Amino acid sequence: MSQDGGNGPTSPDGAGRSPTIRRRDLLRGASVLGAALGVFGLSEMVHFRDEVLAAPMPTAEAATGAPVAMSSAAAKATHQWAMVIDLRRCDGCAQCTTACQKEHFLPKEQTWIKVYKMTDSAGQTYHMPRPCMQCEEPPCLRVCPAGATFRTDEGIVLVDQSVCIGCRACMAACPYEARYFNWEKPAAVPRQPTPPSPAWPTPQVQGTVGKCVFCAAHADLGMLPACVTGCPMQAIYFGDLTADVATDGQGSTVVLSQLLRDNDAVRYKEELGTRPRVYYILGHAQDLSY
Amino acid sequence: MRKRTSRTELDETALRPVTSSGRGFWLVMLPLGLLVLAALFAWGWQIWQGLGSAGYNDQAFWSIYESNLVTFIGVAYGGAVVSAILRLTRTAWRAPITRLAEATALFSLLVGMMFALVHLGRPERIWELVTRPRLSSPIFWDFVAVTTYLVATVIFLYLPLIPDLAALAGRLPAGSRLVAWYRRLSLDWRALPAQRRLLDGAMAVMAVAIIPMAVSVHSVLAWAFALSGRPGWDSSIFAPYFVVAALYSGVALVILVVAGFRQGYRLHAYIGEDHLIHLAYLMVVLDATYLYFTFADLLGEGFSMNNSVVPVMGQLLTGQYAPSFWIWAVGGGLLPLLLVALPWTRRTWGIVTAAALVVAGMWLKRIVIVLPAAAQPMIAGGWGSFHFTWVSITITVGAAAAIPLLMMGFFRMFPVLSVTEIEELAEEPVVRPRAHAAFGLPQEGDEE
Repeated sequence: MSQDGGNGPTSPDGAGRSPTIRRRDLLRGASVLGAALGVFGLSEMVHFRDEVLAAPMPTAEAATGAPVAMSSAAAKATHQWAMVIDLRRCDGCAQCTTACQKEHFLPKEQTWIKVYKMTDSAGQTYHMPRPCMQCEEPPCLRVCPAGATFRTDEGIVLVDQSVCIGCRACMAACPYEARYFNWEKPAAVPRQPTPPSPAWPTPQVQGTVGKCVFCAAHADLGMLPACVTGCPMQAIYFGDLTADVATDGQGSTVVLSQLLRDNDAVRYKEELGTRPRVYYILGHAQDLSY
Repeated sequence: MRKRTSRTELDETALRPVTSSGRGFWLVMLPLGLLVLAALFAWGWQIWQGLGSAGYNDQAFWSIYESNLVTFIGVAYGGAVVSAILRLTRTAWRAPITRLAEATALFSLLVGMMFALVHLGRPERIWELVTRPRLSSPIFWDFVAVTTYLVATVIFLYLPLIPDLAALAGRLPAGSRLVAWYRRLSLDWRALPAQRRLLDGAMAVMAVAIIPMAVSVHSVLAWAFALSGRPGWDSSIFAPYFVVAALYSGVALVILVVAGFRQGYRLHAYIGEDHLIHLAYLMVVLDATYLYFTFADLLGEGFSMNNSVVPVMGQLLTGQYAPSFWIWAVGGGLLPLLLVALPWTRRTWGIVTAAALVVAGMWLKRIVIVLPAAAQPMIAGGWGSFHFTWVSITITVGAAAAIPLLMMGFFRMFPVLSVTEIEELAEEPVVRPRAHAAFGLPQEGDEE
């Protein structure tokens, strides 16, 4: 898997990470230990778990033909998607939210990208749009009991709503409250070009969890996510850590690593070790820990 | 002490609910049945309309059903502790109440497991936990622990039934369909020495095994919350905290069940007030332990004034959840302690009141454990809130009614007292713990 994808030269904090035990390694060790102690047929299950993690949702993939690269864990993915949000430009108009909801036919409560009103240490308010952080170490993924949440080789965390049992453990685990449950029957949507898939979960499925998918099915078609094009302030960039480029809603393209470095970009709640793929460029005196 | 009764009287008492069901039986069963039917209807409605109809929303994503799940599976622990621990310690007064305790464990566990389904958005996909589990998920291990515990609880209830069924098959009214079942289920029991050795061995193994099993159930339930890393749940004390809570509320439910069946099925000759007092002592020790754990949890989390935890603590102790928290602290913690501690309330009525306060109070406590941490804003903005609707209330009330309904249905078919055990313990000399020697107390063998 590509868990080191964002930790290369493009990542502002990449150098500082010490080679101690990774949480994932620890958890895998714990899982294996549990299996050794555990119930019948566990070796079979461990094998199955690895398969699920490595090549998630072969059926959904085959059904949609969605060009999200999930074919083989060994294959080096060509893209590592990322997002940069320039808070100096954001004026809190929430047109990103509207564009997203229109694109995915979401009800008003489901704010896959939500604009928060924040207060900095000087008492000034500013606005912070919050999409799914597409964590490299997603807390939501580890707690999902049926493996409905998975991470693609291109670094996008997706939910297979044909698998999700609706236990909402992921909502408890997400420190960014980026997940939304379909508490009611979703409204009817116009006919879509593809059947619903993890990469394009439209329409949403009652009794399952949904969230921002970085408009995954669009990315490989060279289209920007709806929130990026919907932002009138060009505050949101969509980028690729592998190609080291980022593009704003107007189509102007910059070198991603340089954008991050020159503007001292940070990731939200870095201390949790989730390693988000969303970077924020802060204004003067702004501090995301408030 | 109660007067000694003959074996015939004992058998008749144990089988009375099986052989004759008075009008009283149906007068109780009918309203209970209606409540359960209403709950099933409400669940159907909820599956049709979505979980939103139960009052949930994205900020209050876990609430009443998760509290019910913890509460009902928690009280199931009471049966295990009363029966297993009292067996292991060879407590002489256990005999008339073990059957009731084991049945309480089984049926409250079944009801608790229902809430594992009721709380899911897609209950029909529960089998994916078998076909495609992810082993790092606490929810998967909940599933493993609870189903294992269910199997153990069934075995634990069944083993002591074997000699009883063999003994009682002949006492059933002629032509009863139950006779064939009793004979089949008693596995040709003739109280042979070899059979006795086998059964005693199996009982000992189960009594030992069920304790770590129950500990694992409540620990993993706690970890479903604690491993989420959410302020308010992210506490290292959570697993033992949940285990003690389960024991505490579980013993309280056993007290209610024992008192209820003693009254309703006229078991006064076998179950006396002293049984309830013994159980109440057990409950009070657990009460004090739980209060201590609560204090340790809140102090440990709140004292450091950590930015992330302070809002949750504030809401719990002085904010919108404070009334519920303090009602629990006084009504579900201190008052039961006093009712049992004071000699003039340490009577059947006082103990039953205390146990009822504990069962209700511990449900409320679970709500204030689950809801504030779920409903807190993780980034900025206001708190979420859960709205109790007719759907969630009907399902919860129906589930509570299902426990006595299932138990009365069970004792319509099986003996309510473990007759063999009562008989054996009445014959045996009193076995005193070896520690008695150290204190100069009467020892084993002194009776002869």
